[in-house]
Amino acid sequence: MADWRDLQQGMADHGYIAGDDLVMALHIALSLGRPLLLEGAAGVGKTEVARVLAALKGARLIRLQCYEGLDAAQAIYEWNYPRQLLAIRAAAEGGETGAGVEARIFSDDYLLERPLLQAIRQTESPVLLIDEIDRADEEFEAYLLEILSEFQITIPEMGTIGATARPMVILTANGTRDLSDALRRRCIYAHVDYPDRAAELAILQGRCPQIDQHLTRQIVSFVQTLRREDLEKTPGIAETLDFAAALAGLGINDLTHDPVALQAALATLLKTQVDRARITTEVAQRLAGQAA
Amino acid sequence: MSRVTRFAARDPGPSARVAGFIAHLRANGLRLGVGETETALAALTHVNAANPDETRRALKSVCASTADEVTQFDALFDSYWLNAGRVREKFAPSERGGNAHSRNSREASGENAAARGQIHAPDDGAGAAHGEGTGTLIASRTASLMHHDMRKLVSPQDIAAAESIARHLAHSLAYRRSRRRRAARRGDHIHFRRLIRASLSTGGEPLTLPRKKRPDRRMRIIALCDVSGSMTIYARVFLAFLTGLIRADDATDAWLFHTRLVRISDALRDPDPLRALNRLSLLADGFGGGSKIGASLAQFAHGPARHCVTSRSVVVILSDGYDTDPPAALTDALTRLRRRGGRIIWLNPLKGWKDYAPVTAAMAAALPHLDLFAAATTLNDLATLGPQLERLK
Repeated sequence: MADWRDLQQGMADHGYIAGDDLVMALHIALSLGRPLLLEGAAGVGKTEVARVLAALKGARLIRLQCYEGLDAAQAIYEWNYPRQLLAIRAAAEGGETGAGVEARIFSDDYLLERPLLQAIRQTESPVLLIDEIDRADEEFEAYLLEILSEFQITIPEMGTIGATARPMVILTANGTRDLSDALRRRCIYAHVDYPDRAAELAILQGRCPQIDQHLTRQIVSFVQTLRREDLEKTPGIAETLDFAAALAGLGINDLTHDPVALQAALATLLKTQVDRARITTEVAQRLAGQAA
Repeated sequence: MSRVTRFAARDPGPSARVAGFIAHLRANGLRLGVGETETALAALTHVNAANPDETRRALKSVCASTADEVTQFDALFDSYWLNAGRVREKFAPSERGGNAHSRNSREASGENAAARGQIHAPDDGAGAAHGEGTGTLIASRTASLMHHDMRKLVSPQDIAAAESIARHLAHSLAYRRSRRRRAARRGDHIHFRRLIRASLSTGGEPLTLPRKKRPDRRMRIIALCDVSGSMTIYARVFLAFLTGLIRADDATDAWLFHTRLVRISDALRDPDPLRALNRLSLLADGFGGGSKIGASLAQFAHGPARHCVTSRSVVVILSDGYDTDPPAALTDALTRLRRRGGRIIWLNPLKGWKDYAPVTAAMAAALPHLDLFAAATTLNDLATLGPQLERLK
């Protein structure tokens, strides 16, 4: 039963180099039909897992971006009030009243599906990505519990809607606040860390094959050393890719050759004023020298 | 407290062993229910269970549910399945009293000494070795090998008394309301602007009544407690105080430091007070040893503070200021903390003494960076802090 290796290979074919722990967690989550909770710093590729999984399974990706104040109306469903009102007025003019109108205005036609309801009603299993769940309020987390364990949604006017095909659910979090135990318990958990040198090299080679081997190695060593520096915002894998693209765009083929261009390209890695000030041209050159 | 952490050979089958493993994890502080045993068994049917590596990863994804637990998991897995029944060092009962200067690992670990090669195995997450350069050397020389039993240090009555004081303080510090009102699901006022906007979609009829309220702008307390050798006698009061602070407010965070920094909030929040103290004793490995205030605070300022210290935070440092590090590290750490916008309060047990002057290098270096420098020798001292804290808001 080595199919988790197949999964890893499949993800690699789609350009995602995943660690063993992550792939195993994903494999278990898929086999057991449980949601997968991914935690880790920003920019380590948590969201990308869902995208790759959708591509791999040929499934539709439904994404729910969480934010503070997200409520059921925006995440699950909402009635289309203006249409309902128009329908009522039209019905009144037509002389139609009573139960008929009511049944009509609380039917599917007047229901606005939001991501969660959409995911439940797909005929083929979609990938449901609930991004940055820790940004949503605790109340919303509680809404999720029913959906994640039963895969059903209750709409008072229509009854309970069960999932026709179980969505593959991926939740991501990066520690804005602690998640409740109840939510954690329902999920299979994986912690996504910054990739190590070999993994990052593989990712970069996979994503930017046009950059030559020597520079790729230099970029990876440079970023890996940079992560050990005392920074406010450690660059993630997405930043590394931007950095590589920027260097390629500037036509650099060796990090140590052109300090000015390197400093310019650092804009893709360092995202705060303090970090920019800390990594001066000299420091960048020293790091590049170590990387070479 | 010692637990044989190996599956019994007489166990009837894999399910019993997995159940035993879950119990083992539970005993080590992971929060797992019966449901997890089921999930774990189900998960094992989807991997090659004869391969220890696959089994480990599969069980890890099911059982661990926080980043800390992930780091803990490997050691727990090893000790149960692979360690030939070795007793986990950190759970060994320590009957001996507090000879804080003992450096002999064999004595410290008692009857199990011969069974174990690594005393400082950083295997409970809390003990992740932060060794860099010379730090490791000094730390390994001064870190006390004693495993203190916190139950001797803190009594339930102390906690109760400290809790009420801490709750009072936390309230005087934490409670600050905004003047503006913001939209909220349950508010005291009707959000008129939203009401009008929402009524547009219902043809001018206000069907929903959005509300607004004054949001709480809560000050978050982050307490850092020094438990080095020189602080041992005050540890009782301070730990009780920390427990109180932690229990008074969910957002409060607490850390211990001696030669390194350990987060204790989760341990203190454990609903079972006895188990909370047990967990604390595990975390306080090295309790009563040397003190590296500068290095510990620097570690805090460079690491966790980046997430938890904001302009609405109060950093409370409980320490006597006897530091073995040069004061530069401390100054740097405090400057960093200040730059994050938080308030810094230093509670020093020595300040209550007659004729005390903050002349130690560390204390003198720290003074200019503090918002409040106060005495804290007994619970009573802490109780009188309220008005001074009010002023800081």
